[in-house]
Amino acid sequence: MTMPIEAIIFYFFAAILVGAALAVISVRNSVYAALFLVLAFFTSAGIWMLLEAEFLAITLVLVYVGAVMVLFLFVVMMLDIKVEPLKAGFARYLPVGAIVALVMAAEMFLVLGAKHFGMERFPVPQPNPLGYSNTEELGRVLYTEYYYPFEIAAVILLVAIVAAIALTLRKRPETKFQDPALQIQVRKEDRLRIVKMDAEKRADQ
Amino acid sequence: MIKTVTRYVKSLALVELMKGMRVTLGYFVAPKFTIRYPEEKTPKSNRFRGLHALRRYPNGEERCIACKLCEAVCPALAITIDSEQREDGTRRTTRYDIDLFKCIYCGFCEESCPVDSIVETDIHEFHMERNEERVVNKQQLLSIGDRWEQQIAKARSLDAPYR
Amino acid sequence: MMDDLIWLIWTLAKIIGIAVPLILAVAYLTLAERKVIGFMQVRMGPNRVGPWGLFQPFADVLKLLMKEIILPAKSNRFLFLIAPVITLAPAFAAWAVVPFDDGIHLAQIDAGLLYILALTSLGVYGVIIAGWASNSKYAFLGAMRSAAQIVAYEIAMGFALVGVLIAAGTLNLNSIVTAQSGSLMHWYWLPLFPLLVIYFISGVAETNRAPFDVAEGESEIVAGFHVEYSGAAFAIFFLGEYANMILISALAALMFFGGWLSPFQGLGLEGTPLDFLTGSSFIWFFAKTCFFLYLYLWFRATFPRYRYDQIMRLGWKVFIPITIVWLLVVAVMVVYQIGWWW
Repeated sequence: MTMPIEAIIFYFFAAILVGAALAVISVRNSVYAALFLVLAFFTSAGIWMLLEAEFLAITLVLVYVGAVMVLFLFVVMMLDIKVEPLKAGFARYLPVGAIVALVMAAEMFLVLGAKHFGMERFPVPQPNPLGYSNTEELGRVLYTEYYYPFEIAAVILLVAIVAAIALTLRKRPETKFQDPALQIQVRKEDRLRIVKMDAEKRADQ
Repeated sequence: MIKTVTRYVKSLALVELMKGMRVTLGYFVAPKFTIRYPEEKTPKSNRFRGLHALRRYPNGEERCIACKLCEAVCPALAITIDSEQREDGTRRTTRYDIDLFKCIYCGFCEESCPVDSIVETDIHEFHMERNEERVVNKQQLLSIGDRWEQQIAKARSLDAPYR
Repeated sequence: MMDDLIWLIWTLAKIIGIAVPLILAVAYLTLAERKVIGFMQVRMGPNRVGPWGLFQPFADVLKLLMKEIILPAKSNRFLFLIAPVITLAPAFAAWAVVPFDDGIHLAQIDAGLLYILALTSLGVYGVIIAGWASNSKYAFLGAMRSAAQIVAYEIAMGFALVGVLIAAGTLNLNSIVTAQSGSLMHWYWLPLFPLLVIYFISGVAETNRAPFDVAEGESEIVAGFHVEYSGAAFAIFFLGEYANMILISALAALMFFGGWLSPFQGLGLEGTPLDFLTGSSFIWFFAKTCFFLYLYLWFRATFPRYRYDQIMRLGWKVFIPITIVWLLVVAVMVVYQIGWWW
């Protein structure tokens, strides 16, 4: 029995994805964890690509790998997090954690279980016709069917941005800082006065 | 108000950046002054002070009379002279060493020489490969003088009116 | 099976056909940089190796490859060595979707522009990892500066490209160029002029080139993120930086200056003896790319380095608002068909 090439690629990516995801939560070095998360995002983008969702795949790389994880890495590298204190008391919190995890797993099983979401519950997806543009289809759906949810989501994000800035932006009178906007507005005329003077005569003349 | 508006318009139109770029573009097309050194050389003054040489009289007698004025005047103590009497009763050097690493090429030796023996030629492209070679002895200095005598004499005569 | 093999070999040949000229272009870009900056400083630039210094890049490469790669004692060995590769790989991979002439490209994907944006945003990882793995304060400071700067300018750059998308109505680079056909006045530089300026300045910032090269900042942090690198590893960083410069320039030519379209198109020259000037050609694309590369060098020779807080201000408080405003203008122009260029 020969495996189709898609399956080989899928299992290859899936193996890397699962390995990377496990490494994210198991490695001691937090920078490594962040880098493994990058790898996980990247491989899941590869799997999406396999599903012919190239717009989503590339957007995942662009947004999560290109921007969000860069900031993550930035913070992680700056903070120099010690892992040991975070792992202290592992045994004490284990029972509570295990219960929470079990409950969550059970809930997920109930909702997403094979009975409701199994392979046989869904029709086999038809291959897309030639010239089918993922981007266009997504745009069409977003701006027609899901217009209101899309706009509301956008507004919520905007509100979050404004709120975050409003919470952190405060004027502290005791700090001294430069305002580049004012600095670059300085013109020669504001600071410099050029005086025209005749040359002095020599004393012996 | 108008000042603010013009300021904004100016900064958005990148006026000052354009000014700067015009300057560099002007220099980009401007003729270059670079001398491509080994092929082209800048003119040298007659008074250029380079590698040292010991001169002779036209009859082949060496000029140096071992007065040691140059040794005395040398601010870097680069010159070492030993002397003794020759068979014909004249005083001559037996040793005349110049340490080229110590020498600062000030030209005082040439100024002080009563017989125009030690001179500084306009040779400045010389090198040595071993440390010992930095000290040039009497024989080497004389041979440099023999080799470049015409050039040395010409430079001296051109400079003579100003001395 | 045989077909697959032939396809594989053919694709590999195409990849080599793009990568080798690209490496050569990088080599000669370094020479051009030294020559142009030399000329602007009233010097000759390198002229010793070969006629007019034309073999200088090969001498440089040879020198760099012969040098020892020094691993700092407490560096992270694996990340330290992989960082240059991470910088180089996206810079080269992005060229997969760049069309050189109508239909001449390695891969035509519908989300081509998005792909390029995604890949150029990955270049920063090389810088960050290099800075962190070097275990050196200078390198780390350079990496931090670079990360903040690239994230800031990527947004402005992305917005500027969104303007192109609105105008062209497609993410496919080939279609973006063909949508500009007509004449010089149909190219997008005219309706999208503010976006063009912002795109190119952001591109300069994105590639860490002067005047935005605080990530290297010789005067305060020695050489920034690659201070600990030497020999071949440094050469790879160098290669990545210059390949990125060429990529940004090529994209500017494709998206704002009509790529391979002739500037003499639509001037009434068709049918006259000057007809040959109006044809689309790879040469036009090359010439336009060279123009933007020259701008890079021109900037470097002209402007002093930005101060870091001014860079941040320019990115967040000037460029992003301007792009958003102009996006609205472009959207209105497209919807109501204002102007002759649609």
